[in-house]
Amino acid sequence: MIDKRVSLEEAVAGLSSGMTIGIGGWATRRKPMALARAIARSSLTDLTVVAYGGPEIGLLAATGKLKKLIFGFVSMDHFPLEPHFRAARQAGTLEVLELDEGLVHWGLRAAAMRMPFLPSRIGIGTSIVEQPGLKMVRSPYDDGEQFLAMPALKLDAAIVHVNRADKAGNCTILATDPFFDELMARAADKVIVQAEQIVETEALGFPEQLRFQPFERSVVSQVVHAPYGAHPTAGGFDYGIDLAHLKAYSASAGDGWDDYRTRYVEVSPDAYLDAVGGADHVRSLQPAIY
Amino acid sequence: MTDTSYSLADLCIAAAAEAWRHDGEILATGITLLPRLAAGLAKLSINPALMMTDGENAFVAEPVPVGPRGDYKVKVEGWAPYARTFDNLWSGKRHAFVAPVQIDRFGQTNISVIGDHARPKAQMLGARGFPGNSIHHQNSFFFPSHGKRSFVAGEVDYVCTAGYNPARWADGRKPLGLDLRMIVTDLCVMDFGGPDHAIRLVSLHPGISVEQVRDATGFDIVVEGEPPLTPAPTAAQLELIAWLDPHGQRKSVFAGDPPGDRRQA
Repeated sequence: MIDKRVSLEEAVAGLSSGMTIGIGGWATRRKPMALARAIARSSLTDLTVVAYGGPEIGLLAATGKLKKLIFGFVSMDHFPLEPHFRAARQAGTLEVLELDEGLVHWGLRAAAMRMPFLPSRIGIGTSIVEQPGLKMVRSPYDDGEQFLAMPALKLDAAIVHVNRADKAGNCTILATDPFFDELMARAADKVIVQAEQIVETEALGFPEQLRFQPFERSVVSQVVHAPYGAHPTAGGFDYGIDLAHLKAYSASAGDGWDDYRTRYVEVSPDAYLDAVGGADHVRSLQPAIY
Repeated sequence: MTDTSYSLADLCIAAAAEAWRHDGEILATGITLLPRLAAGLAKLSINPALMMTDGENAFVAEPVPVGPRGDYKVKVEGWAPYARTFDNLWSGKRHAFVAPVQIDRFGQTNISVIGDHARPKAQMLGARGFPGNSIHHQNSFFFPSHGKRSFVAGEVDYVCTAGYNPARWADGRKPLGLDLRMIVTDLCVMDFGGPDHAIRLVSLHPGISVEQVRDATGFDIVVEGEPPLTPAPTAAQLELIAWLDPHGQRKSVFAGDPPGDRRQA
């Protein structure tokens, strides 16, 4: 059987400065935080990130990894404004391509289909379509309507957090929303899956759980074992959002950042887990109320 | 019941619930507390056919009371992942009631940035789903603080939703699903019923004058005759609102939780 398992460090060592990277999940749900923290610790720079953004964006902005963000929003839902992302934007140091949430979906879909663009009405009538690099296209049919030609969001790499994977890259997302991780993966040349648990193929629960497989294994390049690796965001049914930690993370913007970074970023995954209260604490985190 | 027995929050919730009265079996989305309570009230009273979610990934047969749920069991009736939310909204079968930071005379709104986009004075959320929402289905807006910083002269700093501004439309053609409905603020209720969909005053909250609304708005609004008072919520509505908000979170929407009838204030 093919074995795609690599360590967190090996996975990040396979990325390069200047890459365009898609990050799965949505806001404070099922973010590949272990990989995001490992990128934050690495020597990578000048990254362009495509995301339905949560705390990973602020983390990468505050550690100087980001050149450009292609996004529809950055929010931590219960703490709507992401302070580290705001600081980077307000300092004028973070370039953006601002999109509608659905346009992010559409751009990823175009890349996944190897199309240069897909037409959309979204953005027409707003400031979105005025951004450099976006062009319109006219329907060749009788309607003659003009659309935004949403360009493909081609990714050099995608990183996603899945609940279960085998070593060959067969995986399942058991959380209630798969978000757009599938399109991120299909839009990318290289896909790094971080898995809450790596199990034998027989333990993936197939065929009953077949509908929870987001993509076939040939899409997956590498599999990283990352227990509690979505923390402080939700790990599906494995654990809920750590709101207290997100609050502390938010409060660390400014003077508190060095301390936060020392305690929670510049540490190994094991030390991180200890610092945030241990495995029992993370497992006990209840689903958030929206 | 006396005239002061309902709060401004209750008044706004009851007024906003009217937005969904004639919508039939579509998805009602209320973002931020007050529009969410209004959507719940609409479903429990005037339009039981409405679809709603738990705010996450489930459609619910009954609006979920906000805040800690205690023994309340969410009545899940379907699956609402974001991909389905997009499919739904692109089909037009949704009416969202949202709370932007700015609005202009065209009904264009902003939740992205204040100031310059390259280096904003204040970075907020980003456009989120606003551009797509605005051209696919009905939209209504809530502003808890009606003033010239929110009702701006000229255009909003970053146009996140299409409005009735042909200069921004492709070939001057109105986007397919553009359909702006209602604005509820701490002063009044407005709609887009003026000439060329101009913003029009529909009703004044008790104790508020037309002049106060004009002074708080950075553009001209249409006023036809003597506007009526925003209807006071009924006892039945107040009971439903209290059930939807068992912890009284709505008391924090407006500073000091003022009464809905400010004539005696």
